[in-house]
Amino acid sequence: MRSQSRITFYLLLTPLVLWLGLLIIIPHIDMLLISLRERISFGVYETSLAQYEKALTEPLYLRTFWRTAVMSVLATALTLMIAFPVSYYIAKMAKGRLQQVLFLLCLIPFYVSELVRTFGWMILLRETGLVSNLLQWVGLADRPIELLYTDATMMVGLVYTSMLFMVVPLVTTLESLDDSVIEAGYDLGGSGLSVLREIIIPHAMPGIVSGCIVVFMLSLGNYLTPTMLGGKDSLWFTEMIYNQFIVRSNWELGAAFGFMLLVLSSVIVWGMLWLTGRTLKETMG
Amino acid sequence: MTPDLECVDLVKRFGDTTAVNNVSFTVPPGSFFSILGPSGCGKTTIMRMIAGFLDPTSGDIRIKGGSVLDTPPNKRPVNMVFQHLALFPMMTIAENIGYGLRRRGMPKAEIARKVDEALDRIGLPGIGARKTDELSGGQKQRVAIARCMVLEPDVLLLDEPLGALDLKLREHMKVELKALQAAFDTTFVYITHDQSEALVMSDQIAVMSNGQFEQVGRGQDLYYRPETPFVAGFIGESNRWKGRIERVEGDALQLRTDSGLAMRATGAGLVQGARAEIFVRPESIRLAASADALSGFDNQLTGTVTSLLFNGAASRVLVQDDVGETLEVTLPQSGEFSSLQRGDAVHIGWGAGQATCFGAA
Repeated sequence: MRSQSRITFYLLLTPLVLWLGLLIIIPHIDMLLISLRERISFGVYETSLAQYEKALTEPLYLRTFWRTAVMSVLATALTLMIAFPVSYYIAKMAKGRLQQVLFLLCLIPFYVSELVRTFGWMILLRETGLVSNLLQWVGLADRPIELLYTDATMMVGLVYTSMLFMVVPLVTTLESLDDSVIEAGYDLGGSGLSVLREIIIPHAMPGIVSGCIVVFMLSLGNYLTPTMLGGKDSLWFTEMIYNQFIVRSNWELGAAFGFMLLVLSSVIVWGMLWLTGRTLKETMG
Repeated sequence: MTPDLECVDLVKRFGDTTAVNNVSFTVPPGSFFSILGPSGCGKTTIMRMIAGFLDPTSGDIRIKGGSVLDTPPNKRPVNMVFQHLALFPMMTIAENIGYGLRRRGMPKAEIARKVDEALDRIGLPGIGARKTDELSGGQKQRVAIARCMVLEPDVLLLDEPLGALDLKLREHMKVELKALQAAFDTTFVYITHDQSEALVMSDQIAVMSNGQFEQVGRGQDLYYRPETPFVAGFIGESNRWKGRIERVEGDALQLRTDSGLAMRATGAGLVQGARAEIFVRPESIRLAASADALSGFDNQLTGTVTSLLFNGAASRVLVQDDVGETLEVTLPQSGEFSSLQRGDAVHIGWGAGQATCFGAA
């Protein structure tokens, strides 16, 4: 009986171990090894920290690295600020059918591939696009306006892409908050703001933290949106990794970049948990 | 003296349905007022209107003489103990109790003092640092009341707060709630569908049905002198029949039920030949082994025991009489009938004053 349950346990564990091992751990160990070597001449490599040195001294690399981090945090914050009222409305104010329909409406854009969605934004925002024409027709502009290729456009794209991943955990946690707890907050003299601060947000914290972690990681690792909607100055760190691996065939530097991104996201996620005083276990389980 | 709470011609409609229909009542200071009714009768709607979570369609709500219709819930001098208590799970007990005081901007030291005082008052000193889920049902109950009482409201609303407790604890909390009300000397408005809760604790009870008050009075009034058939049927238990009135002498009536049982009863405002509904409580029917013991009663019957319903002090016997009517009779616990069995012949009797009669359609 005991050995049987042990066999079951290992069988169930196997897919996870294979997935983690083959797709995450082994490639990362290889990446780490690649990032720690320097090409001396054709086919001759030497172990060194030269790639990291290059990455940390070259202003363009370093600037892109920090910009990507700051912009991702900003995108996460914006997504939270937009998604919170939306989620609150869906979870607490909409009733019955309306609730289901609104939730579905959040989901529908994800039926279309990200590439097509991003093209959608381009159709709307380009110089000869819908918004530009509309502004001219209304009389707010006297010539075509290019709305693409700016940081703001890129931010719109990032928030739009991440929205659902913030709304789902928020709606779930907010729904579990008993209406009478909110009412008790008002009944005992709380104003809308203090009820939000002392009751709703503390209750929604697990949802806020897990939503932020997911959105932050998605933004940091996004490639398509910054490339297509961002301008020349909006270089994203993932684009640099792509360039090193594919365009320059400089796997060593690309691997170093990849590791820097991994460390960055780990540090920021850990910082986020530390700031909100939560453990990973509380947030995920 | 100005009543603490006064509702005048209160009406609330949701679309086509009228949840509360023209309800007026006053609650004198320091009293325990209950609204008793089956679920869906509109009692929670009244409470939510008083608390400010719903606006009445028409009518007025006055607290200490002043209308509060334009006052939002967070500014009204009423507080509410919710059905599931609604303690804030993200806060400690002390933070829960201090919440309202913090909202009023009271200095920290004073809040701490008041919270300690309140915890002493409810008999739970020193639990301030605990989390809400570490408390038992009865303790949570007391904390929920303390959380409201530190704010010294003019009126405390309680929305079936005992519903979630088990029977034993509920019995205990009834006594305790009444004691707390006396200790805080605050007006309580209590909502319940459980008549025993209302009867035990209240100074005044309003029985509500279909959005209207049927009768307002002390527990004794409702039990002994119900004014409507609904109250007679809802408070306590009753044997009920429908019949026709054969003779009227003042309040004394002679009537015959549809099944042919002749009976003497009392009821005001009824005329000969009118249809009537008759209520007789199982506990007001006397059980006897011989007819002699019942000579003083207006109504006397003989019958056979068809069933014994044992329930401790509230045990009943079902007695079938000669015309085939089955009556529920309380079984005295004096030992006299301890050997009573199914099929035994018994005599039963009750006074005309114990048979309450109402006109019926």
